[in-house]
Amino acid sequence: MSERLRGVVVTHAELAAALVGAVRAIAGDDGGLVALSNAGTDRAALARLLEDAATPAGTPVLVFTDLVGGSCTAVAATVARGRAGMRVVSGVNLGMLLDFVFHREEPLDAAAARAAAAGRDAVREVGR
Amino acid sequence: MSVALYRIDDRLIHGQVVVGWGQSLQVGFIVLVDEAVRASDWEQELYRMGVPAAVEVIFAGVAEAAARAGAWEADPRTGIVLTGDIATMAALCEAAPSVRRVNVGGLHFRPGRTERLRFVYLTDDEAAALRALAATGVAVTAQDVPTAAPVPLEAFA
Repeated sequence: MSERLRGVVVTHAELAAALVGAVRAIAGDDGGLVALSNAGTDRAALARLLEDAATPAGTPVLVFTDLVGGSCTAVAATVARGRAGMRVVSGVNLGMLLDFVFHREEPLDAAAARAAAAGRDAVREVGR
Repeated sequence: MSVALYRIDDRLIHGQVVVGWGQSLQVGFIVLVDEAVRASDWEQELYRMGVPAAVEVIFAGVAEAAARAGAWEADPRTGIVLTGDIATMAALCEAAPSVRRVNVGGLHFRPGRTERLRFVYLTDDEAAALRALAATGVAVTAQDVPTAAPVPLEAFA
């Protein structure tokens, strides 16, 4: 069995905390998700927060960010580039996180692909 | 207007720039003046990733930016020129006298800096550098997003 993945959600303002709170409300457990905000941070400070959240070293980590061109994504991609066992998926939504917390045993690469697919699948036009 | 904004922002090209200012100004090009990013294809690709395809992204060092500043000012498109720190913007202003206004858009907390505005933290030396820039005739204000009012230099440095 693969080591269970750790999920870190990195967003603007309080979005990450709200998303993790919503996961907890729906699933009854937050699946170990860690919420980080970029509020008040420059790139170096946010990178340190992410590295701290991704400990212990060697734990496979999937990082969820909100905006593909945002500072959270740029920082996460930079941190992940220098660290084995970390992948980044942008465009986080609640559907993506809910799927993740029930599939934390997957290999990291497969989990990243699965998260992107789950996030896309959660976006639909409804009621027509 | 060609270059609508000369901005100091330690997050470089990010959401506030691309979405906030980019949509508001309907920008056609963004210039990032940063020697480290200029030297890294990987970082350039990273910063291009979130910019709409219709917006040109240009990476330059200070000397190159100074040489091209006149062309950017004459460009029929609207542009934003970014640096990640005060020293780089001051160097650009010195090398390109056509730069007459600077927006402090985001300088966040680091050890040694104190809060001047919610989005501006400065050391005493950085505050002095901004005042020195203003003393050369450059208009320096702080404004994070286009819907906010610009804050005069005297209020934060």
